[in-house]
Amino acid sequence: MNFPEDLKYTKEHEWIRVEGDVATVGVSDFAQGELGDVVFVEIETEGETLGKDEVFGTVEAVKTVSDLFMPLSGEVIEVNAELESNPEAVNTSPYEDGWMIKIRMSDSSELDSLMDVAAYKEMIGQ
Amino acid sequence: MNIDAQDLKRTPLYNEHVKLGGKMVPFAGYEMPVQYSGLREEHLAVRSGVGIFDVSHMGEFMVTGHEAEALVSWICSNAVHKIDDFQAQYNCMPNKDGGIVDDLIVYRFNPNKYMLVVNASNEEKDWKWINDRIEEKGFDCQIENQSEHMSLIAVQGPTASDLVQKLTDTDCSAIKFYHFAVGTVAGVEDVIISGTGYTGSGGFELYVKNADAVKVWNALLQEGESMGIRPCGLGARDTLRLEKGYCLYGNDIDDTTSPLEAGLGWITKFSEPFVHMEYHQKLKEDGVKRKLVGFEMIDKGIPRQLYVVVNEEGEKIGEVTSGTQSPSLNKAIGMAYVQPEYSKAGTEIYIQIRNKTLKAEVAKIPFL
Repeated sequence: MNFPEDLKYTKEHEWIRVEGDVATVGVSDFAQGELGDVVFVEIETEGETLGKDEVFGTVEAVKTVSDLFMPLSGEVIEVNAELESNPEAVNTSPYEDGWMIKIRMSDSSELDSLMDVAAYKEMIGQ
Repeated sequence: MNIDAQDLKRTPLYNEHVKLGGKMVPFAGYEMPVQYSGLREEHLAVRSGVGIFDVSHMGEFMVTGHEAEALVSWICSNAVHKIDDFQAQYNCMPNKDGGIVDDLIVYRFNPNKYMLVVNASNEEKDWKWINDRIEEKGFDCQIENQSEHMSLIAVQGPTASDLVQKLTDTDCSAIKFYHFAVGTVAGVEDVIISGTGYTGSGGFELYVKNADAVKVWNALLQEGESMGIRPCGLGARDTLRLEKGYCLYGNDIDDTTSPLEAGLGWITKFSEPFVHMEYHQKLKEDGVKRKLVGFEMIDKGIPRQLYVVVNEEGEKIGEVTSGTQSPSLNKAIGMAYVQPEYSKAGTEIYIQIRNKTLKAEVAKIPFL
């Protein structure tokens, strides 16, 4: 399993890539493996401002459905439209093609609550 | 119920699953593989070639004695007396309230020896139910629970028969659907080679003694390698059965559903009496209040068990019992109980998925 060093992670198995005040969010390699074959990513919160830990979407695998949680507060400024026709990118390329949303952060101090790669790996026992 | 990992049972193939990268999950009191390489790949291997499943969690009861047939006929809804030696039959055991204790496969070795294969999740309940019926009616027969001693490997797919044939002298082509033979497979004697399965893609189910399970499993994998064999988990087992519209106990049928509502009228025969048959006869005369139907999603969304089904006016007309994205059809499919007026193929129904009401259409089952 692959966990890039430059990303932040959450207990809900999301990863966060920070560039300026924009955070790109997806689910980790561990999460996609646990989900199994992803068949549907439903995100209808584009343009909405949501608080940390609020649900921004849903990911459905063949056998499971899981909510997606905001790792940080802010406005959902972009949704990965490619996932509509190619949801399996979440499995095949979790950190690149499988990204889910971009958030314009409203409180960058929340970044301190995220895990670095070492803490995340320890949490999942890797 | 909260089952701790240490309370879970393991089948004799547990170590093989771990070696093969199987993702182990709790299921019916066992640690079972839900998938290995990936559900979709496993599913498609069974539809186009061959896959093997460990279904050793299933329960096996042996019924012997000169009233073995009388007992099995009494507890089962289908016409058990119609099957011959070395023939099997799909059945359900009706309960006293018009529901189903369990669905099962009945194997007849001879009129004095039957094997009942039941769902793992119902094993204890079934055992008590059957023993109570024996006591109640005084049937002269013995029943023995062999579940802890027998393993079950399902070899499924269009090339499954070719694979099993490579490992046995028994003529597999002579074993018709829902018939069985006892033979030697991969050097292991007394294997029950059964022309049954839960995938709708053909193949066999092999009942072996626990001590022989690993040998047969590995022989199948080795011999099947050139055929592209895949070990398959419970995930693929579920999507495969759902595409064929086969009922799953606990989802589509349970203690509260009548076999007539579930589309199992074909295994509910009133030609010979069975326990509590009056209720079902009356239900047949009066007409059922709900019917199990298949449906396909028209709007984008995936139906899941317990989602509410509504009509165009938004009134509740039923409930989803099973649902998934079909790996073969690449569309979302499901089964649901609906009021009979909504049960005709082509009828528009709506499924409430999270905060939305999404359009679906009643479809003929099997879907595939």
